[in-house]
Amino acid sequence: MNMTGTIKPSPSSDLQNFVESRSGQKVLRCYQCGKCSAGCPASYVMDMGPRQIMRAIQLGLREKVLESSTIWLCISCQTCSARCPNEIDIARVMESLRWLAAAEKSEPAEKDIALFHQLFLTLIKRSGRVHELSLGALYNLLGRHPFANMKRLPGMLARGKLSVLPPRVKGVAEIRSLFAKVKAMEKEHQKREVE
Amino acid sequence: MRPDTYAYYPGCTLHSTAKEYDVSARLVCHKLGIKLQELENWTCCGASSAHTTNELLSIALPARELQAAEEMGLPLAVACALCFSRLKHSAYELADKEKLDLVNELLGKEFHNTTEVVHLLKVLYEERDAMTVSRPLSSLKIACYYGCLLVRPQEIVDLDDVENPQIMDQLMERLGAVTVDWGFKTECCGASLPLTKPEMVLKLSHRILSQAKQAGADCVAVACPMCHNNLDAYQKDMKRKYSDKFELPVLYFTQLAGLALGFSPKQLLLDKHFTSPLPMLRDKGLADAGIAIKV
Amino acid sequence: MARTGVFICHCGTNIGGTVDVSKVLEAAKSMPTVAYVDDNTYSCSEPGQASIHDAIIENRLDRVVIGCCSPRMHENTFRKTVATAGINPYLLEISNIREHCSWVHGDDKEAATDKAIELVRMAVAKVASLEPLFSRQVGLTKRALVIGGGIAGIQAALDIANADYEVVLVEREPSIGGRMAQLDKTFPTLDCSACILAPKMVDVAQHPNITLLTYAEVQDVKGFVGNFEVNILQKARKVDHIKCTGCGTCWQKCLERTPSEFNLEMGKRSAIYIPFPQAVPLKPVIDTEHCAHFKYLEAKEEGRDLPDCNICQQLCPVSAIDYEQEDQIISERFGAIIVATGYQTFDHSVYHEYGSGRYADVITGLHLERLLSASGPTGGEVIRPSDGLLPKTVVFVSCVGSRDEQKGRAYCSKVCCMYMAKQAIMLKEHDPEVQCYIFYIDIRAGGKDFEEFARRAQEEYGTLYLRGRISKIYQEGKKLIVCGEDSLIGRPVEIAADLVVLATGMEPSIGAAELAQRLKISYDTNNFFIEAHPKLRPVETNTDGIFLAGSCIGPRDIPESVAQGGAAAAKVAALFSQDVLTTDPMVATIDPMLCSGCLLCTQVCPFNAIDTQVTRDGRTIALVNETMCKGCGLCVASCRFGAADLRGFTQQQILAQVTSLWR
Repeated sequence: MNMTGTIKPSPSSDLQNFVESRSGQKVLRCYQCGKCSAGCPASYVMDMGPRQIMRAIQLGLREKVLESSTIWLCISCQTCSARCPNEIDIARVMESLRWLAAAEKSEPAEKDIALFHQLFLTLIKRSGRVHELSLGALYNLLGRHPFANMKRLPGMLARGKLSVLPPRVKGVAEIRSLFAKVKAMEKEHQKREVE
Repeated sequence: MRPDTYAYYPGCTLHSTAKEYDVSARLVCHKLGIKLQELENWTCCGASSAHTTNELLSIALPARELQAAEEMGLPLAVACALCFSRLKHSAYELADKEKLDLVNELLGKEFHNTTEVVHLLKVLYEERDAMTVSRPLSSLKIACYYGCLLVRPQEIVDLDDVENPQIMDQLMERLGAVTVDWGFKTECCGASLPLTKPEMVLKLSHRILSQAKQAGADCVAVACPMCHNNLDAYQKDMKRKYSDKFELPVLYFTQLAGLALGFSPKQLLLDKHFTSPLPMLRDKGLADAGIAIKV
Repeated sequence: MARTGVFICHCGTNIGGTVDVSKVLEAAKSMPTVAYVDDNTYSCSEPGQASIHDAIIENRLDRVVIGCCSPRMHENTFRKTVATAGINPYLLEISNIREHCSWVHGDDKEAATDKAIELVRMAVAKVASLEPLFSRQVGLTKRALVIGGGIAGIQAALDIANADYEVVLVEREPSIGGRMAQLDKTFPTLDCSACILAPKMVDVAQHPNITLLTYAEVQDVKGFVGNFEVNILQKARKVDHIKCTGCGTCWQKCLERTPSEFNLEMGKRSAIYIPFPQAVPLKPVIDTEHCAHFKYLEAKEEGRDLPDCNICQQLCPVSAIDYEQEDQIISERFGAIIVATGYQTFDHSVYHEYGSGRYADVITGLHLERLLSASGPTGGEVIRPSDGLLPKTVVFVSCVGSRDEQKGRAYCSKVCCMYMAKQAIMLKEHDPEVQCYIFYIDIRAGGKDFEEFARRAQEEYGTLYLRGRISKIYQEGKKLIVCGEDSLIGRPVEIAADLVVLATGMEPSIGAAELAQRLKISYDTNNFFIEAHPKLRPVETNTDGIFLAGSCIGPRDIPESVAQGGAAAAKVAALFSQDVLTTDPMVATIDPMLCSGCLLCTQVCPFNAIDTQVTRDGRTIALVNETMCKGCGLCVASCRFGAADLRGFTQQQILAQVTSLWR
């Protein structure tokens, strides 16, 4: 864990309560064996492994958890959940932390990944399905890495695997209304929480 | 009685980067007398992105498709492992009446969460005894790769064992192939991260391919477009980075089934892969000679 | 008219802190038949008991109610107290105002006091209708049965035999010795396991008070303490053990080779065999499944042709080989039974992530014991099962089948931390070039000299301990890649090992639950047997006369198993020191006039305590065997004709209790 300073543990913190209620997982069941971190395909690039995230939740270290790269680098492969000796669905814990991070609009430690997901959803909203060429182009443009992943582009085009124009689906209106309703509902929810 | 007609949800990739999966799936199903009725006006399931960032959307987007299938009164067959996972998760969450009511309100529809979601692998697996194999894959050693989303979590997707699944192996063996026993059937390939974390995808996918190679496989069979892309499209980069000597073709299980059922490599779009399986198939006497390798 | 004395105990503040004892006493004074009331700080203490005794005599009391803790705690204590004052001990009623009242109503003193008054009122009502009861005495057979010939059973058998009582030791395998015989060295002293065990095994064989029945299993058990009737199945050995001298000609000359169970299939044995060189008895059995003669016989029956072999019969100098020998049932009476059926190691095939047996060089701790043992399949040379090469990098994986609820094993197996440390030391002793790694979650070294021993494995022998549970093992060329996390530094770690040792945990031996059902003793969700009290009665069961020892109760190491074997033996010796047993008179009765002979009670009785009798007018009716009846009352509840009743808890007495509440 990249940490300096002294930790002030806060048992049964709001963070722990949030995670437990939204993920349905009992955080205190974790006894820190590390089987999750050991099997996690992404733990080698994470600043904190899944085990450390579980520990940080137990200690109530809210900022450390929400600012970690872990929650964004988790690919939801669920290897951790499948192998946890205490049957904690750790992938679900990660999921609930991403929702919390997104709701709090905290600065994501992995901006590119967050941007990717955001663009992905924008494209669904716009055309109902994901147009991979647009996704790649927008990602390169907005993420300020204009030449990323260009290597496979000619091959993809030559194999007829990428269409130039976005797909047209009749259901788009429905999807837009769905997105609008979800957004309104979330705003309502936040307002209630503030009150 | 197994149903002979399914509602079919291809998902975004099967209409673009994974069109060979779509084409081969339709050919094989047609040959076996299984009707796939594509959902009209289907939209994206939300994939990793909805589920990563927005709980409501991650349930509601798949629910829209589940509802469409329910209206058709058919079980819903899915080819993409990611879509399969999202649809299964959504149905699982919607067992909660409160969530179901909320989603109905969002969709403006009446959905009762009765749709049965099946993966195409399971559909073909169930049909395996009824298949007439005209071109047995007996010369082929296959490493069956299931990936994460097809098998995990077991209590939700309920397809096969999470560490050592068997149904793809049994299907391939029924088609005459030899399958290899290996330990990486369900290790992660890097999933949706090739755009954002390419070096990670390279590392994880390379480990899977070298394990398959070590186990003596001629090729890898997959049931997921994401896995296919990660394992197939980056092999040149892997060669450079890890100074490997080998290439290992990666085929959809539907393409292998199609070969066994007599379709030509061209019909199955076997020429569309980055790592061409055609030289290997020709060596094994499984590709009709004379097919030009277009790159 | 009865003269009842009511004594209320304060139990320090346990009762007195919540219940207003003076109010209870005041209320009790006006209850029917009550002639005297008093209170005590601790009724169970010596002065407390003395004051009750004196009050009975001074006030000519003939019945006593004590408001105190649960009757499970002190009913027997107070029965003795009233008996010394001349009252029949069954004219005592305990009113449980602690567990049933003060402890659960600590937040409402007034209500607790009211409830205590009602509880005492009920006890007073019941005590007035009680009748004196008298115990009966039955004889006992002073011979013990010990089930299981591992170290716990061996110790128990020897200790009982040395107290000069007869013992029958039953072992399912062809030799006694159990798991301890398979071990190489023992922690933390590094004694050679076989060297310290073998003399005890020989003592068993030679002891005049011990009858050893190996290759035998307990089939069914009837009866009760002092008088158990047990049928033992002696499996056919096809060798007459009276004639056999154990010369070894047969097993040396036998041509068949089959994997040796004792060596965990890492070596071979003949079809006529002793499991290991120090076996007791040192007399063989024929494994008919693999013997060429029996294969020939089977084939002949099916009309197939196979060559016959009877080389053992031909060469036996004393004509001990008996192909015709059949299974045999031995029926014996015993006064007590000790169950010491031990453990087996967890089957790791459910750990798919560790290869579930796919990789030849992923072995268990017990396999390594056999490889380390000089009498093992490799003569003490530790080699890789796959290619026979000497491993230089050995990785130990802790908690395989322990502390893993996902795999259905929540408990810690207790011995693995120590045996891993020992094995790491032994590996280094065998080959100084070996580097051992131990992945652990916690190092559990709680035992005399254990921690010091585990530290030696690290400091002197250079074993690298890594804190973290292994997630996956896979093969990469000739190496096994072990994936873990060093959770102390927080980074994933991979080690390329030549040999991986899974520290598989302990679980009860196969068939433990079935045996428990036959013996009518309790077992837990893991099939470990349950003690009568985990702290105060650790080697007794809830069934009188049946005792436990060793790792059939839960994970135990060798000294604990020996101690428990000895403890169980002491319990048996104490039991056998009596010439008669006194039975509890609070048992069921059946009114022969009311019994219809439906015999439903015989089916519901969990203790087989209801026999039948034919009356003079020719009716078959139920009859309670008072020595076997435990007074559970199931027959009373199931009897549709009201013929069954329970002494000390008759329908009428319980009704008196209930009606006392209607005022």
